[in-house]
Amino acid sequence: MADSQAYDAPSVVKERQKRARMRRNIFYIALLAVGLVAPFLAYPVFLMKILCFALFACAFNLLLGYAGLLSFGHAAFLATGGYVTGYLLASYPGLTPEMGIIGGTLMATLLGVLFGVLSIRRQGIYFAMVTLALAQLMFFVFVQSSFTGGEDGLHGVPRGDLFGVINLSSNLAMYYFVLAVFIFGFAVIQRTVHSPFGQVLKAIRENEPRAVSLGYNVDAYKLLAFVLSAALAGLAGSTKTVVFQLASLTDAHWHMSGEVILMTLLGGVGTLLGPLMGAGIVVSLQHILAQSPLGNWVSVILGIIFVLCVLSFRSGIVGELDKMYRKNFK
Amino acid sequence: MMMIFGVPLAVFMGQLTLGLVNGAFYALLSLGLAVIFGLLKIVNFAHGAQYMLGAFAALLGFRYLGINYWLALFLVPLVVGGFGMLMERFLLRRIAHLDHLYGLLLTFGLALIFEGTLVNFFGVSGARYSTPEALQGGLNLGFMFLPTYRAWVLVAALAMCLFTWFMIERTRLGAYLRAGTENSQLMQAFGVNVPLLITLTYGFGVALAAFAGVLAAPLYPVSPTMGSSLLIVVFAVVVIGGMGSILGAILTGLGMGIIEGLTKVYYPEASNTVIFLVMILVLMLRPAGLFGKEA
Repeated sequence: MADSQAYDAPSVVKERQKRARMRRNIFYIALLAVGLVAPFLAYPVFLMKILCFALFACAFNLLLGYAGLLSFGHAAFLATGGYVTGYLLASYPGLTPEMGIIGGTLMATLLGVLFGVLSIRRQGIYFAMVTLALAQLMFFVFVQSSFTGGEDGLHGVPRGDLFGVINLSSNLAMYYFVLAVFIFGFAVIQRTVHSPFGQVLKAIRENEPRAVSLGYNVDAYKLLAFVLSAALAGLAGSTKTVVFQLASLTDAHWHMSGEVILMTLLGGVGTLLGPLMGAGIVVSLQHILAQSPLGNWVSVILGIIFVLCVLSFRSGIVGELDKMYRKNFK
Repeated sequence: MMMIFGVPLAVFMGQLTLGLVNGAFYALLSLGLAVIFGLLKIVNFAHGAQYMLGAFAALLGFRYLGINYWLALFLVPLVVGGFGMLMERFLLRRIAHLDHLYGLLLTFGLALIFEGTLVNFFGVSGARYSTPEALQGGLNLGFMFLPTYRAWVLVAALAMCLFTWFMIERTRLGAYLRAGTENSQLMQAFGVNVPLLITLTYGFGVALAAFAGVLAAPLYPVSPTMGSSLLIVVFAVVVIGGMGSILGAILTGLGMGIIEGLTKVYYPEASNTVIFLVMILVLMLRPAGLFGKEA
């Protein structure tokens, strides 16, 4: 079938694309409906946790899945967003939550520029090591700074009134705000991936020397992707702080950088919905395990899933589903 | 009393020795990473966990089997190295044909498993491993007091580094390894058993980490998490030095240890972060690393 595709008349191709787009839109609308109904079926705080980590994983996936850059230091952006938002909202009571979130996201973006400029100077495995080392540097900065509360972290961050109007202390209101933030972040990523910019990123991922020889300023593209990813990771961290009303060192630890890799890998690297799925599974798993007798074995179980994913499940859940769909329905 | 930039000489020399000892560990670990990276092209994220396994093997061997320090120094690298060879043969080899980032991810997952398992059995607070009798006490050098065990660690680590250098640069097996690093396909075409060479190389790199672990056992509390934070610093050291040369790895390791030690004397707040700051500086001025060849 694939061979005949090249000879199809343009109108047929266009028709097929149109139908694919419609299918996708229907799918997104269905997903949105699930998102809107979900807080009546499950505990909203749990769902908000999933959404925050899903946004974090989506941001990470933008870098790994579409630009081919494995960052081992994304926890730094999550934590920066969280800490700055927490600090702003706790110290300036007049500030509305969205201002705090914007502040946190901006700081994470700034940090993303700094990290990006430094780390894209090295490639592949060195890139991963540089980002890990930079994130560890930030970890020590957070431990020693006074505004982060050191080992104790920040507690009792007020949720406040969104735009000064909507009181967020109710979990339902908070949930719809988090859902809106997630949809915004997801839309930005969806738009980026399908834009000409996203196409160039994929070209760099597939063959960097060729992209260079075609005249693309590869470093500028990589840096922009890195900064965008850092900003969205910061947004996830900021939102998470408002939801849980705390910011702690857990978010800055390198385990967190590993967890986001696992979420993305499990769901499917380079698929739009994979990180959402992966975050949902990992967060649920942690939740379930924490209450079971296996509570102490969480990190071992995550490690085993990690190893299994790398050995035999590299496309992730969404990737495998996609393959199955293509094989059977086309 | 003699002062160096406002610090008593004894304090200065004490921190310098501490720094050198830390540097010796950085050197041993980054050397192992470099050897593995050379042939397998993967960054062994489990290196810190394997170092920790070395320390634990020494501790448990002493506790349950009565294996003394000297025997452990010889046996533990063999056992943990052998374990590493099994890891290579049954896990890493299966993904050798893929992007090398998968090797990093696989070894990361393995590190989580090792660490988590040991945390469940021994907790995070670390146990003590007593210094062997022959190495207790210290030497009074007149201007400073030098604990014997630290001096021994320095000597042993440097001897091991030298041994590794000799193995790689002056023996037939080492020549194979260097040739394999350059072009392993051609080597295989010449009839060298490259898969076996890869297994042996990984085992050797892991054995180096385990050796460092045994050396570290009497110095630091033996805990399941002792390797991971150290490994991140070693990664920074590797980025600073580049993984191109053996001598480079040794020199960078020792140098970073000294810098860290001196920072502890003059500006203790930055002693955790100074190596990362040096890494940033190197990335800005000489992105390929001090001894690196590739861009």
